[in-house]
Amino acid sequence: MKLESIPITLTRCAKTFRGTRVLEPLDLTIGAGETLVLLGPSGCGKTTTLRMIAGLETPDAGGRVAFGDEDVTALPIEHRKVGMVFQNYALFPNLDVRGNIGYGLKIQRVSAAHVRTRVDELLAMMRLEAHAAKPITQLSGGQRQRVALARALAPRPRVLLLDEPLTALDARLRDALRGEMNALLRELGVTTVYVTHDQAEAMELGDRIVVMSAGRIEQIGTPREIYYQPASRAVAQFVGTLNRIAGQWQGGMLRTSGGAVPAGTARTTGAAELYFRPEDAMLADPAAAHLRGVIEQATFLGERTRLTIGGAAPDALLVDVAGRVELARGTPVGISIAPEALIALA
Amino acid sequence: MNSLVNPTAPGMHDAPGQPPATRRRLALSSARAWLACAQWVVTLATCAFLVVPVAMSIIAGLTVNYFRGAASGLTLRWLDQVWTQYHSSVFLSLEVAAATLVITLATGVPAGYALARSRTRLSRLIEELLVLPVALPGLASALALLVVYGGFSAFRMSAAFIVVGHVVFTLPFMVRPVAAVCASADLRTLEEGAASLGATFVQRFTTIVLPNARPGIVAGALAVLTLSIGEFNLTWMLHTPDTKTLPVGLADTYASLRIEVGSAYTILFFLMTMPLLVAMQWLGVDVPGTGSKRRNAGTQNENKDSE
Repeated sequence: MKLESIPITLTRCAKTFRGTRVLEPLDLTIGAGETLVLLGPSGCGKTTTLRMIAGLETPDAGGRVAFGDEDVTALPIEHRKVGMVFQNYALFPNLDVRGNIGYGLKIQRVSAAHVRTRVDELLAMMRLEAHAAKPITQLSGGQRQRVALARALAPRPRVLLLDEPLTALDARLRDALRGEMNALLRELGVTTVYVTHDQAEAMELGDRIVVMSAGRIEQIGTPREIYYQPASRAVAQFVGTLNRIAGQWQGGMLRTSGGAVPAGTARTTGAAELYFRPEDAMLADPAAAHLRGVIEQATFLGERTRLTIGGAAPDALLVDVAGRVELARGTPVGISIAPEALIALA
Repeated sequence: MNSLVNPTAPGMHDAPGQPPATRRRLALSSARAWLACAQWVVTLATCAFLVVPVAMSIIAGLTVNYFRGAASGLTLRWLDQVWTQYHSSVFLSLEVAAATLVITLATGVPAGYALARSRTRLSRLIEELLVLPVALPGLASALALLVVYGGFSAFRMSAAFIVVGHVVFTLPFMVRPVAAVCASADLRTLEEGAASLGATFVQRFTTIVLPNARPGIVAGALAVLTLSIGEFNLTWMLHTPDTKTLPVGLADTYASLRIEVGSAYTILFFLMTMPLLVAMQWLGVDVPGTGSKRRNAGTQNENKDSE
């Protein structure tokens, strides 16, 4: 199944609720067929942005929402031809699975035979054939999620909008469905806006990620850009774990309590701080290592062991090593970090 | 219980010093005894004040002579007499109740929905005003209606006048439960879901709001029907000799005829309202889609699809 795709443009879209600005004026262009993820903590304005694209909220005066060349700012949701999946799915309890999936088509007064073929097609695609006649209350969480997706796709929407569609599920199921969702979105090729607070979802599904915080956009970029070149401390701290090395610049090196690290490409002026990800450091022979410290804690997490190393920098550093590595507390260790893995933040 | 009666029995290792476990058991069992006692009191009071009077009233309506008791023999004579004299009241009451239900459904359901959706102070005020006729004695509302509309004699002489009174009185009982159901966040998201699929307001209201507000609507309808059939205060003021409803007729019989006839009238009342109540209750149970009835509805939908 392939859907047509159109670009979405938001221009100067702000939102004020009862005198409180929940969303600062925002410009955003979503390419045709692109999957854009809005990522951020609760209350950051990501859901409000999605609801403005859907037509459930209107932007403050001066804001403009366009689907392709069509200005849809004043168009209510029922005429925007969007497919939406809600966080709690909002499935109709008065209808069975078939009734839910076919609802959008029936509303358009499509012939019953046509509705039937289309619903059958979606039931097969979502592997729900066995549940077609069941009431919603008899479905599991994962099945409900698939019904909600099928219902949104049935009328062939121009745009697919997903509001934390996996949040209501337990962790294991969420991981499995994330992969399925990714495959589905690639196959559909429809312009998709996906709201989540889960960075793993954002990384796997997003062509681009928009990191939001406190009603404004912090950064827009590909998952790799967001992860390895975070634009600000807020982004860096929200996406993944980050270690801070504080010290003084000295001859192209950042000198700190446990040694010195080469600055590499980072500017050696300004704040004397560098950051790195726990998985980017390697344990090395203390004699040849950049930083020297002692193990304060080793936490076995299955596929990896997370070491907390003290003394190497003013802050304790987290370093991930292979799961099989066993190190006792108090063991002196050396840490080396590849120069390209060091992150300088403004 | 043994350990309570016999705390120093041989073999009780912890007998000296009354271990806390024993005391706790004592407290627990005395609480249980109190609870059992309270249950008996409630049960007996229910019997004494609800079941017994109703049963006595029914027996009184079937005995030949109430003062001589059931020994005087049982008869259907009184029932027959009541029916021939007052059957028009039965039909009038049913008609008034049906008309009241239709009007409260048509106005109360949209009103409940609108009040639940609106967050303004005016809507809160309207909600309070709606309840006023319930708080006010029925006589007062009736008097007010008479003062204003008593002059329109055709209207005043017709059953429509009573229907108006009943609607004023019963409307909040429709609006309140409907508003409660419509105020749930769930229903609001369901509407958004329907809107995202292209449903206009009218389509959303008929296909999503009404079916999912059904528990509230059924509860309201049940309240309106029973209140209308049993309403006496207002109706007594508003009725004319030609528009006597069941409760007004009941007051007549008790006031002017022998006790057996009045009791037979109560039986008639029972026979009329019980099936109604049971039917409404049965309708109300079938709401949130579980069980076999739901599945039947599902297959009905399918049948409709295949047509």
